[in-house]
Amino acid sequence: MADKVEFELVSPEKLLTSQPVDMVVVPGSEGDFGVLAGHSPLISTVRPGVIDVYEGDRVVDRVFVAGGFAEVTETRCTVLAEEAIPVADIDRGKVEQDIRDLGEDLEDAKSDDEKARVEAKLAVARAKLDAAGATAY
Amino acid sequence: MPSLKDLKNRISSVQSTRKITSAMKMVAASKLRRAQEQAEAGRPYAERMGRMLASLAANVQDSGNGPKLMTGTGADQVHLLIIISSDRGLCGAFNGSIVRESRRQIQRLQSEGKTVKLLTVGRKARDQLRREFGALIVETYEDVGRRRLSFADADVIAQKVLSLFDAGEFDVCSVIYNKFKSAISQIVTVQQLVPFAVEAQAEEAASADAKAIYEFEPDEEQILAELLPRNLSIQVYRALLESAASEQGARMTAMDNATRNAGDMINKLTITYNRTRQAYITKELIEIISGAEAV
Repeated sequence: MADKVEFELVSPEKLLTSQPVDMVVVPGSEGDFGVLAGHSPLISTVRPGVIDVYEGDRVVDRVFVAGGFAEVTETRCTVLAEEAIPVADIDRGKVEQDIRDLGEDLEDAKSDDEKARVEAKLAVARAKLDAAGATAY
Repeated sequence: MPSLKDLKNRISSVQSTRKITSAMKMVAASKLRRAQEQAEAGRPYAERMGRMLASLAANVQDSGNGPKLMTGTGADQVHLLIIISSDRGLCGAFNGSIVRESRRQIQRLQSEGKTVKLLTVGRKARDQLRREFGALIVETYEDVGRRRLSFADADVIAQKVLSLFDAGEFDVCSVIYNKFKSAISQIVTVQQLVPFAVEAQAEEAASADAKAIYEFEPDEEQILAELLPRNLSIQVYRALLESAASEQGARMTAMDNATRNAGDMINKLTITYNRTRQAYITKELIEIISGAEAV
């Protein structure tokens, strides 16, 4: 089918999904972009956020990714994710706890290196919480 | 001549050894299957990563100012070797061949006047190299992926390597590991990680993908700067996976041999046991008969 795009979500440990879909919206580091069939070839970094998978006009799948890379060709959209979990599976309580813990870590962090690392983790956790919040309403 | 009791003890001890080795063989076989599945599952990511790298590298190489991880520091004075071995023994020549190759590499580099630093993964490599090259070891990791190897384990090692690189501690980094070929054959492989050689993969990708002209967002160099550290983790992860599969394969073969040898030994001992028993009976009969004759 010409009007479908092959969506692949891959983590280092395994191939998570590989299916033809109508459209995917990927949170690129310079703004979200939607991929339909026939998209011009593109390579982009991905910020922590939610990938929306569209079937027709409806969102059928929402997956949170903690950053990674996306490669788009005319027929295919491949996302290499560092961590990926379905939005429905995010445990709000746990994420909030993580954010609190990381906040404490940030205060304890001594070197700039350490601080940067904790901040990166914190950003991921906040994005995760946002993702969970978005489905709540 | 050993007594019957001694022989019996020997036989029963070899029998219990055989039980242990055959159990270990079966455990190794099931672990091997799991390791292979894991290696299989990790392949798609690595493939796609390679493809992206290739198209990026092709673009950046033209402009001639790629990141250091790819172009190198311009020197090759200090070499960092990552040596991947196992934590446990009883796996045939697995660790021996890794250590032998490492020693060869170290001596070759040193004879060329280069400085060598070592980063060992697994208890065996550290134990065997410590005596000779203890001063060269900068970091050791143990119990990596004891239960199940995860990407996070590889990431820890890769982060360490990256921080060493950023601190200018080395110029060239290679990894030495056992590549899994089959359950009976593992090949010691030396692979260079930094600076990263793209050529081989680039050719593959070029034939696979009809060289699409990509747009980049943000620009090539920035993506590459993020992609290369990631790629390093992936390469370490792959080496660890290969090594884990090799270890189980080597152990399976070694234990299979051990089980077979124990079986042979039991057969031989049983024959000796029976002969000795018959000799005793004959001796006793002779004693009785000659005793009766004497009367």
